[in-house]
This record gives sequence, structure tokens and C-alpha cells, in this order.
Amino acid sequence: MSLSLRTDLDVIQAWIRDGSRVLDLGCGDGTLMQNLRDHKRVTGYGLEIDPDHITTCIGKGLNVIDQNLNDGLANFADNSFDSVVMTQALQTMHAPHEVLLEMLRVGKECIVTFPNFGHWKARWHLLYNGRMPVSDLLPYQWYDTPNIHFCTFKDFEVLCRSLDINILQRQVVAERPISKLLKDLRPNLFGETAIYHLRKRQ
Amino acid sequence: MSQADTTQHPCHASDNVGLVMPEVFHFDTPLKLACGRTLETYDLVVETYGKLNAERSNAILICHALSGHHHAAGYHSEDDRKPGWWDAYIGPGKPIDTNRFFIVSLNNLGGCHGSTGPRSINPETGKPWGADFPNLRARDWVHSQARLADRLGIEQWAAVIGGSLGGMQAMRWSLEYPQRLRHCVVIASAMKLTAQNIAFNETARAAITSDPSYHHGNYQDHDTYPKGGLSVARMIGHITYLSDDGMGQKFGREIRSGSFAQGSDEPVEFQIESYLRYQGDVFSDSFDANTYILMTRALDYFDLAREYDDDPVKAFSRAQCRYLVVSFTTDWRFAPERSREIVDALVGADKPVSYAEVESAYGHDAFLIPIDRYYRLFSEYMKGVET
Repeated sequence: MSLSLRTDLDVIQAWIRDGSRVLDLGCGDGTLMQNLRDHKRVTGYGLEIDPDHITTCIGKGLNVIDQNLNDGLANFADNSFDSVVMTQALQTMHAPHEVLLEMLRVGKECIVTFPNFGHWKARWHLLYNGRMPVSDLLPYQWYDTPNIHFCTFKDFEVLCRSLDINILQRQVVAERPISKLLKDLRPNLFGETAIYHLRKRQ
Repeated sequence: MSQADTTQHPCHASDNVGLVMPEVFHFDTPLKLACGRTLETYDLVVETYGKLNAERSNAILICHALSGHHHAAGYHSEDDRKPGWWDAYIGPGKPIDTNRFFIVSLNNLGGCHGSTGPRSINPETGKPWGADFPNLRARDWVHSQARLADRLGIEQWAAVIGGSLGGMQAMRWSLEYPQRLRHCVVIASAMKLTAQNIAFNETARAAITSDPSYHHGNYQDHDTYPKGGLSVARMIGHITYLSDDGMGQKFGREIRSGSFAQGSDEPVEFQIESYLRYQGDVFSDSFDANTYILMTRALDYFDLAREYDDDPVKAFSRAQCRYLVVSFTTDWRFAPERSREIVDALVGADKPVSYAEVESAYGHDAFLIPIDRYYRLFSEYMKGVET
């Protein structure tokens, strides 16, 4: 899944230090890596499995490696990256909790973004229609979707606590006017996407 | 331009390099080999495509595989039915674009297509080298190629590119002469062969050496040739270059002659038998048995990290170029795992690398064949290679 929202990009960019070494898991068409390279002198690699995305990244002169994230990151050494980033892909992983731990083994820090299943529209869809939400943000039917592990912000934070993961920063993003207005008041209800900056507790 | 009609030879196609002529370069500075012996003088036969720019900065070296040679693109004459072995990827507008690059393709030392090899005359004895031709390693080829670069006035290659055994040479280039290449393209290759892979090579060599006409490699002295042995060697190799699926799709259990009908004792020949026999036959007519042994040994001996404490990360730490690594899903001779080992070592050494594992049913041979995804990603990568 590619990074579509400009806001996500700006937030992530702000959290990554100049000249650092970054691993981008599920780098899509390379938008983030390209921005980080051009604006923050970042080096590193993107991992991707979509053939067209890989070709696009190669065309942009990025380092992209054909690798399935569900196979793990065993080929990367401990603490070998300053930051490991995963945008809008955690919910597609077979074992998100293991992926998080792997990210924090390989990277000194990690940045994760995912869609909020606790958003009021999703809740309303399920409550009112009694069916799994399908919207412009989550456009798939339940039986045919890459998103196999949805969670809410609260769910994610409970997982972080149980895995001893330290949440350094959290930014809640919303594009719709009403959500924008209310997201700081009730993030788990009005936030559309969350961006988490994580570190393993020492 | 002549008009496009069905009788027009493909060398006139707008994406073909056209008619090409090989050239022989003679070297008389002795070349010290990895085995300790020295070649006092030698020839290299070379083809080039495209134009070297004024800065001499747009040159690309093509390293050939086991049975390859200098004729990588275009045609030698309008009578040729087949173009050079990598014509699908070298030409105007193709991934290795002759409109942008000056491409150098040679027959390696020890070869049998015009460069000094076992068939050549040993100046010390006045007789063909035969089995006494020195054992070569990939690094010997790399050093001879560096001298060729010197001769052509090429200080630094824009890229060194190779598939299979050629990929091994390209990687060796990046360690032996790190400042002399900007890009290294390694396709369907490995940092070292597996035991199974060496076993296939040894079986092929045994087919040659057990041919009564082999005469310990000195068949030229006996005015004979181990055609049968070389043919079987090629058949063994060929099986391993294809995939089970690919062979199944192409030949299945189709019968070329004979019948399984009840009461018929006419011998049955499967299409695959006839195909392999034909491949062995054609190959053994145009290749040299000692060269085959020499090339397979060079493959077996290659171990990228041997002199770097068997640590590939340490080996690649010397490199200064960018890498593109490509593998093919059904290639079991140089499996994708081998390419991933290369990529992991490059990442470990913090070197720039991109890697793609291309879906294909063609086994190891895929690297020679036009495959859409492979073609596009190769093109995209090469567009980023500065001239």
C-alpha cells in the first residue's frame, strides 16, 4: 500500500534525522524514500514485493529489495538502521506483533502508520448496517482484502505496552473537516490514521 | 532505408545493432595467472557496439557465461539466422542501449571463439595447448579485461554486466578494481557454487574425459575430437538450465517418432530426447571440450569471499559501485537464494543495491530470454547509469 497522504509524509520526515540510515518496509512506489533521500540525505533500502512498484523505485534510483515482509527480517542485523519505517502496511501482516518486534530489533527506532478501525465511520457502519465497513478509506470487502489485522489506536497502544515498546510520539491525522476538528478531543473516534514513533524500552 | 518487407534481414531492424565485425587485440605483456603460471602473450577477440564518447565515460563491459563468447549482439552477415547471444537486451532503445553506451564484449581467455585458449598454439612447443592450457579463474579474466580497458582508453566502466559465470566476473571486478566501475549488474549468479552445482559440472566433465577420443585432452595431436562426450556434457548442462515446468510446457511427453500402439515394436523417441540430442550435437560442433572443462572448473573454483576470511560483507566493503541483482523464480542452478545472499552481504556492507526476483518458467536460461518484467526493470536501472 502506498503512502498517499501528504501529512503522513511531513510528519515522518520531521521525525527522521538528517543523514540517517532508514529501512522502509513496504516502500510502495518509493515516494517516502525519495523524499527522505532528496530532503534529508537519508540512505537505506526499501522492501517491496509488487513488481511494478519495484520497477518504479529502480527508475527513481532508489535501493529497493524484492522481499516479502511476512518472511521476516532475519537477513538484517540488530540495530543496523537508525529508523525502520512501515506506512499503512501493519494491518496486512500475518503477525503484526512479531513484525513490530523485528522492526525494533533491526532499527534503533521505528515509525509505524496504520488506519484507525475505531474511526466513527467504521463504528457507525458496523453498528448501523451490521456489516463490515467498506468506505473510500477502506475500500475492500472482508473476504478479499489485504487488511487482515485491523486495530484501533487503543488496541495498538495496549499491544505496545505488552511488548514493552515505548511510544515516543503519536500524531493523529484526519483529512475530513469534522474529523480534523475533533481528532484531538477523541483521537480513537475521529482520527483516520495514526503515526507512531516507537522505541524499545531499555 | 529499404522498405520493410518480409525478405528483409532482421539486422536492418531499427532496434538491432546491425552487422558487426569482431576484432582481435594482441597482448604481449605477460599475464600472471592465479594458478601461478604466466601467459607470455595472448589474443582477445572483441566486439563493440555503439560509440565511445569523447570523455570515454559511457563504456559498458559484458562478461559472458560458460558457453558464451564475444558475439553478444547483431549479426555477422545477412546469412546469419541467429543474432548474438544477448541481442534481446543490447541494441538501440534496448536496456543496454547502444544509442547511449559503448558496449564491449569479448571472448574470455581459455575460450574457443578466437581468444587464446586450449586450441591455440603454445608458442613454447609449437603445438596446441590442449589439456596443458593453464587453469583459469574468474580473476584472471577480470585482469585480462582490465588490460583490454586500458587498451581502449577506458579508465572507468559505466557498468560491468554479467549473467551466471558472467555475474561472478562482474562481482570480482567490483572487488579487484573498485574505482574502475560505477555500476555492477549481477544476473542469475552466485557468490559460490553449491555442492550439487559442482556435482553437475563434474558429471559433465566426466562425460568428456571418458570419451575414448579425449586422449587426456590432447585430442588435437591425435587428430580426433571427443564429440560424443562434449555432446553429453552439454545435454546434462542443458537439463539444469531449464526448469521442470518449462520443459513440461515446451515438450511434455510428446512423441517425435514411433508408437505405443499394442503390437508395435517401433522404438519411441520423445521430443525432449530429440531436442537434447540436437542441442548436444550443435554445441559439440562449435565448442571445444578443453574449454568446457576449463570454464566449468572456473565456475567451481569461484568463491567471492575466500580471500576475505570467507566473509562476504568484508569482501563487498571494498566496493564503490552501485549494484543491481536479478534472479529468476525457477532457476534452480543459480537459485534466487544465492542472489539473496549477495544482496544480504551488500546490505551488510552498506552498499547501494536493488534486487528483483523475476517470475519465469525458463529456469537459468531466463537471463537470456526477453521477459517483460525483467526487460523493464533492467531498462529502468540502465537509464539511471550516467554516461
